[in-house]
Amino acid sequence: MSVTKKGERKQNRKQGGRYSRRNFLSMMMLAGGTAMGVHALAHASPEFNGWPKANGMLVDLTACVGCRSCEKACNEANNMPAPDKPFDDSSVFKEKRWPSAKTYTVVNAYENPAGSSAPVYRKIQCNHCLEPACATACPMHAYTKTPEGAVLYNENVCFGCRYCVIACPFNMPGYDYDSALDAKVVKCIFCHGRIKEGKLPACAEACPAGTLTFGKRSDLLKLARKRIMNNPDKYIDHIYGENEVGGTSWLYLSNVPFKNLGFPDNLPKKPLIELTSNYLSSVPVIFTTFPAIFGMIYGLMRGRKNESDSENAPHEKEVK
Amino acid sequence: MGNNVQYSNATTAGFKTWFMDKLFMGMSVSQYSKSLVTPFNTAAALILLVSLPIFIVRYVKGLSSVIHATNEYPWGLLLSWGIFAGEPLFAAGFVVAAGYYLFGIKSYRPFVRLAVLGGMLGYAFAASYLLIDLGRPWRIYYAMFNFGTTSILFIVAWHVMLYVTVQLMEFSPAILEWLGSKRVHKWAVSVTVALIIGGVILSTVHQSALGALYLITPGKLHPLWYSSHLPILFFSSAVYTAMSFAILLAYAGVRYLRNRCDREFIVGTPAFTVSLGKGAALAMYIYFALKVLALAQDNRWSLLLTNFGYWYLLELIGFVAAPMILLTIGVRSTNLGLIRFAALFAAIGVVLNRVNVNLIAYNWHLPDHFTHIIPPWPELVMIAAMITLHILLLRWILNRFPVMQELPEYKNTH
Repeated sequence: MSVTKKGERKQNRKQGGRYSRRNFLSMMMLAGGTAMGVHALAHASPEFNGWPKANGMLVDLTACVGCRSCEKACNEANNMPAPDKPFDDSSVFKEKRWPSAKTYTVVNAYENPAGSSAPVYRKIQCNHCLEPACATACPMHAYTKTPEGAVLYNENVCFGCRYCVIACPFNMPGYDYDSALDAKVVKCIFCHGRIKEGKLPACAEACPAGTLTFGKRSDLLKLARKRIMNNPDKYIDHIYGENEVGGTSWLYLSNVPFKNLGFPDNLPKKPLIELTSNYLSSVPVIFTTFPAIFGMIYGLMRGRKNESDSENAPHEKEVK
Repeated sequence: MGNNVQYSNATTAGFKTWFMDKLFMGMSVSQYSKSLVTPFNTAAALILLVSLPIFIVRYVKGLSSVIHATNEYPWGLLLSWGIFAGEPLFAAGFVVAAGYYLFGIKSYRPFVRLAVLGGMLGYAFAASYLLIDLGRPWRIYYAMFNFGTTSILFIVAWHVMLYVTVQLMEFSPAILEWLGSKRVHKWAVSVTVALIIGGVILSTVHQSALGALYLITPGKLHPLWYSSHLPILFFSSAVYTAMSFAILLAYAGVRYLRNRCDREFIVGTPAFTVSLGKGAALAMYIYFALKVLALAQDNRWSLLLTNFGYWYLLELIGFVAAPMILLTIGVRSTNLGLIRFAALFAAIGVVLNRVNVNLIAYNWHLPDHFTHIIPPWPELVMIAAMITLHILLLRWILNRFPVMQELPEYKNTH
């Protein structure tokens, strides 16, 4: 707990009070604009295919060598607490780790089903869905999908119900259960601040193997298709994240089935919000029809009650 | 001067009698404290004593010190029991009140208050479970004002809040009678029907919304439990659970607090039990049919022959069909004991269903799934403490307020 707090304070110092407040205000305005924008689009057409110029990241898992430079860079760029084991310690690959309140991203090793001795590495972090389930689920509007691509979380309105964690198809939001007073969701922010400054996300900048390619999502899709077309024997013909739950900003290419790498393979292609919107629209129907239906039943039954009142009721006890 | 002293003595004495009468049930302090020493109370005190340090640790050191919570399993048994299993039980208030006020089933009359009280208190406790489990419980009211209108949880929060208010108003005549306030009592009774219809709407929406919470998890909830029909499945099972709970509540009343029941309550209990048993059996047939329908619509038959399939069948046959048949036999042969047993059986079945959706079938395909869903002992102690508090509070109210009896001066006013 103290480590997290120290990290936070450090971050605050670095940004400076005034700058961060202005940042916050513009973020709030952005959040409002985003919300309205999404709604307006939702009215115009039920198909929201994401912000047109949004960024994405293409992860070519065939290139990853498991050096964990991305983990290290992420930790430093986001002032996260120091790791339990150093970043050059490869013994961490013995177990399957998961992003948590202490880290935005981890790299795991998976057995190569092709029989090769070298494992397949997979970097795990928030996938920044085009229509995020966390944002759909949140009763507080704590989540915002920015036009730049990041899904951002605002701890100032969150009361810690963790329905976002239930809803996320990738089990991504990490909740800080160790804190009594500052419990909050911790997850990858797609280096939103760095991108706005024109820099690369820290992980992409640090990757020495060419695994991570940052760019416009639409361009990355073309690039991914080209790679598959040029190397049909190397890649599986599937860009993970192109269509899963309506598409994610992070896209993956692999030489082994995604299921073997712990990617959920049972997700619908449509955004998850579409699974709940029907129910939500039935709620006003209940509110408008039920008073009439039950009012009518009450009226009918009251008529009957009066009849039976005069005939049976007073004598019922004596009869019995 | 002398007069004044006398006067103030008289009021003090008056207040003292009033206080003794209302809170200590007419006993003196020493009599009352002696009456408290019973085996049940000793056990209750012990549980609460053990739980106290655990509650303190939770608020001082954070959630991870008392519950097993991870990214993959954010909601544990505490919520499965406190919210998801509790709320269908506590729908008793709306079912019995609707039966009496809207459907004109007159024989329910002595039981309406008990059911409404059971519901109201249950909902208050559901909110208390949230105060334990929320990361920042002091912000609980934020859910009212942030209007996350795409969120099913927003719907749940608002409806539970409104429904607790409605139930408090439904129960207010009993409180006003206890206080002896006739004028406000008359006004409170006059708005009853509108409140009852409001209660039916709010219950329908939030019971189904609890199921709808899981509509967003098609990749995480086992396909046998995941269905687009989750809202109606949760609602229809809540109806018969509520009826079962009302049957058990009335039984507990005549069995354990007989001296607080009036003649009408005691005499009416058998007929009430049979009538609700009939309703519950009917609701169970509907629920069973809907479950099979959901299975057929999503074409999940082949999954029945897996381990999770056997578990699913145990829930559906062992804890829905079996109590359903027992209930039918009990109603047809007017066997009160059997009806009550079947009601308990059915209620346990729904608790099992909610725990399945929340915990056992949720993220079922992750490695080491079963080691993750076993709750740590502090969580179990907290649940036991909450149940104990709930029973104590219910008994405290039943011993004092005119719930299972009608005061002569308020006869036939509701």
